[in-house]
Amino acid sequence: MSESKSLRIAYGEALRDLGAKNDKIVVCDADLAAATMTHIFGDEYPERFFDFGIAEANMVSAAAGMAHGGLIPFVSTFALFGTGRAYEQIRNSIAYVKANVKIACSHSGLCVGEDGGSHQSIEDIALMRVLPNMTIFVPCDAREVEKAAAAAVEINGPVYLRVARPVCPIYTNEDTPFIPGKANVMREGTDVAIFANGLMIGKALEAADMLAEKGISAAVVNFHTVKPLDEETVLEYAGKVKAIVTAEEHSVIGGLNSAVCEVLAGKSSVKYDRVGIEDRFGQSGTPDELFEEYGLTAENIVNKMMALLK
Amino acid sequence: MELAMQKEKARLLRADIVKMLYHAKSGHPGGSLSMLEMLMAIYYNTAKVDPKNPKWEDRDRIVLSKGHSCPAQYAILADLGYFPREDLWTLRKMHSHLQGHPDSTKTPGIDVNSGSLGQGVSVAGGLAMAAKYQNKDYKVYAIIGDGEMQEGQVWEAAESAAKFKLDNLIVMLDHNGLQIDGSNDQVMPVGDPCAKYAAFGFETFKVDGHDIEAIVEAINAPVSGKPKFICCETVKGKGISFMENQVGWHGKAPNKEQYEQAMKELGVEIDE
Repeated sequence: MSESKSLRIAYGEALRDLGAKNDKIVVCDADLAAATMTHIFGDEYPERFFDFGIAEANMVSAAAGMAHGGLIPFVSTFALFGTGRAYEQIRNSIAYVKANVKIACSHSGLCVGEDGGSHQSIEDIALMRVLPNMTIFVPCDAREVEKAAAAAVEINGPVYLRVARPVCPIYTNEDTPFIPGKANVMREGTDVAIFANGLMIGKALEAADMLAEKGISAAVVNFHTVKPLDEETVLEYAGKVKAIVTAEEHSVIGGLNSAVCEVLAGKSSVKYDRVGIEDRFGQSGTPDELFEEYGLTAENIVNKMMALLK
Repeated sequence: MELAMQKEKARLLRADIVKMLYHAKSGHPGGSLSMLEMLMAIYYNTAKVDPKNPKWEDRDRIVLSKGHSCPAQYAILADLGYFPREDLWTLRKMHSHLQGHPDSTKTPGIDVNSGSLGQGVSVAGGLAMAAKYQNKDYKVYAIIGDGEMQEGQVWEAAESAAKFKLDNLIVMLDHNGLQIDGSNDQVMPVGDPCAKYAAFGFETFKVDGHDIEAIVEAINAPVSGKPKFICCETVKGKGISFMENQVGWHGKAPNKEQYEQAMKELGVEIDE
């Protein structure tokens, strides 16, 4: 786990490598190619890299047109503008007719940091999750980003791929499977379970270590696919552990917490709590400061778990 | 079809549109009737399509960005044999493949779902880009409304059509001057459409939108490296005296009496 890599660079490189194998893959950006790292694809394949300028609505609908014309477009910008500004275009141009478009957005959650709350997308997963036909991937490290991008190409229909901004440790290995809709158990545990994804996987593993010191065996399960959610794994752990805490870099409304609660409601009486952004906007600060301020920490996961076990 | 016969065809298609809306008890007659000849210019004269093979890869794509006017397109698709004419009377009803707004997953011959205004013309641009990238020579037609020109996305689409040199894209405006809340000028003036599109980098044309021959000529006029814009001057509710130029007929179906009056004016017998 000593290796670290930027998730968005992994995304740009994954596009370049996928593009080498499949000439139907085209990439669209909205004047953020240097930030989303789609320029890595654009530098290699300028004839199939399209910069639409700062006009996300048109880009998203045009990508649907490209898909109708037989191509596999990846559309990238910041998560807030991709899923927010162009929301109804994603709904009607793409999801409504299952257009084969991959919406891959970077700078999601709080990790856009100093840019402040106006640019921090705490609701992108919620927005995408209510759309029928949408698949949602929230990879946890650079390696999983690569696998998620490749899996997105294999799905004939819309996919939302959330690419976090920072450089972070690689938690998965080459052999870790990435099966859409199938959660990965990152660490087995018998007393409690932490369900997490994206950048909160690192915090969840740290929390599991801290719980182990207290003599509590905590499983860490990576729900890299938020939709369709792996209901079977949710219920399996609900049936065998004493408590579950979800952890996500997103509003507690509409994301992983909500998805898990929708499965558990009426089916399980397992003790449950959540770590996420508690219905408030972000603000300027370093990502580390923000994660601390909003409670996206290993300590918070541990505290919530201990409170459930009382 | 001979141009002379297309006038007669237009009369029968108008009757189908009115009958569809009468049976549906809702829908949009004004804009369906105003753009009928624009669609006829495409479907009966210039478009490379095959009703027996609606998904033919090299077909021209026809995108009704002003999707609420789909009854006109449905009437033509039925006439061309994409689906049985009887289906028309199921418009807007449960389980019908003829949805209130075009749905490419349900209706044979509909290339793109549309109706959320501003989106269809962008999708059309993307289709034209896909054609260019794949060295295919199909054309993409996008029909927009004048009220729709108030959507910012229409102008985002115009910018990108010029940037990507989409000379395989033809944007056609049904310029009937009216929208739900009143005239364009009352609601939100759209100015001079040709001047606007020319400023965005389009080759522009202005024609009588009920003159099929003039529309065909504009469609066929050569352009190089530029997208094309055709402003079609039309009359909302064209062909039915009491609907013509009436704001109130944007989105309402005729009652029995109005239906009978319309069919009488069109000289078509009521057959059900």
